[in-house]
Amino acid sequence: MSIAELQAYGYVGAMVVLVFISYGYAYHLYTKKKDASGKDYEEYSNMALRDDITDTPVSARSEHKKK
Amino acid sequence: MENRPLEYDYTVTKMFMFMTIVLGIVGMLIGVILAFQLAYPGVNTILGEGLAEYTNFSRLRPLHTDSVAFGFTLSGIFAAWFYIGQRVLKVSMAESKFLMFIGKLMFWLYAVGVVAIVVSLFMGITTSKEYAEFEWPIDIAIVIIWVLFGISIFGLIGIRREKSLYISVWYFIAGFLGVAMLYLFNNMEVPTYFASGGVGSIMHSVSMYSGTNDALVQWWYGHNAVAFVFTVPIVAMIYYFLPKESGQAIYSYKLSLLSFWGLMFVYLWAGGHHLIYSTVPDWVQTMGSIFSVILILPSWGSAINMLLTMKGEWQQVASSPLIKFMVLGSTFYMFSTLEGPIQAIKSVNAIAHFTDWIVGHVHDGTLGWVGFMIMAALYHMAPRVFKRELYSKSLMATQFWIQTLGVVLYFTSMWIAGITQGMMWRAHDEFGNLAYSFIDTVTVLHPYYTIRAVGGLLYLVGFIMFAYNIYKTMSARPVEEYELQNASPMGA
Ligand code: HEM
Ligand code: HEM
Repeated sequence: MSIAELQAYGYVGAMVVLVFISYGYAYHLYTKKKDASGKDYEEYSNMALRDDITDTPVSARSEHKKK
Repeated sequence: MENRPLEYDYTVTKMFMFMTIVLGIVGMLIGVILAFQLAYPGVNTILGEGLAEYTNFSRLRPLHTDSVAFGFTLSGIFAAWFYIGQRVLKVSMAESKFLMFIGKLMFWLYAVGVVAIVVSLFMGITTSKEYAEFEWPIDIAIVIIWVLFGISIFGLIGIRREKSLYISVWYFIAGFLGVAMLYLFNNMEVPTYFASGGVGSIMHSVSMYSGTNDALVQWWYGHNAVAFVFTVPIVAMIYYFLPKESGQAIYSYKLSLLSFWGLMFVYLWAGGHHLIYSTVPDWVQTMGSIFSVILILPSWGSAINMLLTMKGEWQQVASSPLIKFMVLGSTFYMFSTLEGPIQAIKSVNAIAHFTDWIVGHVHDGTLGWVGFMIMAALYHMAPRVFKRELYSKSLMATQFWIQTLGVVLYFTSMWIAGITQGMMWRAHDEFGNLAYSFIDTVTVLHPYYTIRAVGGLLYLVGFIMFAYNIYKTMSARPVEEYELQNASPMGA
């Protein structure tokens, strides 16, 4: 097999894998709806809406550290 | 001092806002001059034959592209980072003397860099690579500035209170990393003095790549400069400013995550579309075309997400000129990311390449999307950093309509000009002789060039109105904290 053929097969292979990963990610997001820490992904929008320095963080860092 | 409640510190934001406005005026003014030069060649020697060296089209063109892209746009991005970064991470720059110092240092080095670039380009010192014209000493300075930007981003992330990173922060990080990688690789160069064994100039340099390889690296860079300067950080801005100004949560946060990864993966492979029918391998061209078409999906993913964020809230679009800027901005984003893939199809590119249609595409993206978003960002930030209401809502609305008209005149005239040009260049008789000579196209295009120049002038006029509005905001009615929650307070 020439280097060009190898490249071509490698390229197609890489595409297939990456397409699977991205669809897998979409499937994961929409079926699980919540991330590993149990937060609904949509709650993260509040990071922009409630962003005064005195507002409570969506998931505070110190809280996390204590665990 | 001790008992004052903690507040966000916008010192560096203000500095970069100022820079955005100054470089915007300079860059767009040069753009307008260029446009008039193309329509009326006499403008090339407007200051007399003696100064023609400094006023001709070829000397000014890189000054336009670099001052709008790396001056106006980048300063706007920096201003937005130092604003959004603090807020979504819930940490103030005032809490870290170190980060404050780095931010200010970055600004001043950047200012020195700007002066060096303007002077050297006016003198005609250039590597002649589009969007990478700067000679090696400036390149080194740029790398240092970029490292400082990186320290600012990751430093702020390091001391944050909010554990998760908001989607805009992802986009800022991606923009930072993307430009770092591209800039380094494309600017690998050796001063001519060393390359030639002591004959050439020490100020000039030669690229480490040549021929087709140089073209490949250049457009891998060039295209991704579009990606990581004109797209990624601007998406970061709209993901923050539109929800914040309208008080609406992003329509779908999940979709924003998906579009992010889609964009990151696809963009890097699309650069081949700048080299269609050139000497680069055929598969690179085909890959460039295919990935360009796929690129519609993640691009529209973000844009539609933004438009849907306004679902049920369209009265806000009607009543607030600031929201109008952002909604039209994301519409133009959709528009140019549909137009781009069409131009990337091989048979279309055969007509479009080298013509004004490309220039039209460039400016519906940069004027309609990048320019509008940056102005909207500054409009949203101004009342918050100055703690005053925006000077005039009606002035803003007038500006919106003038500039929209400007953009429409710009891209429609360039479409007609470009397609006419492309068709005329390739027209031939039954024996294969070309039907037209070059000057025939020039004659036909003259009216469209004039229309474009007028459109550009309108946009510049609007930008000056914007600058005035921000300037007057600095002394407008002071506002209370609660008025700044969502919709920006505006005077009549
Ligand atoms: C899906 C997204 C996009 C695709 C597939 C795309 C595709 C293209 C194509 C095919 C060209 C012409 C290459 C040639 O024949 O010379 C081009 C040029 C260009 N595009 Fe896009 N485009 C996209 C989005 C954008 C956006 C959003 C902007 C700016 C805001 C932009 C800015 C530019 C610039 C500056 C050039 C000119 C480069 C040069 O020749 O100097 N593009 N694009
Ligand atoms: C006041 C409005 C503006 C006018 C009148 C204007 C005019 C022009 C002109 C005449 C050219 C040269 C086209 C050619 O060589 O045929 C040009 C190129 C370019 N302009 Fe502008 N411009 C304006 C604003 C902007 C802004 C705000 C941006 C970016 C944020 C921008 C980005 C560019 C780029 C990237 C190119 C190079 C395009 C290419 O190589 O295909 N322009 N502009």
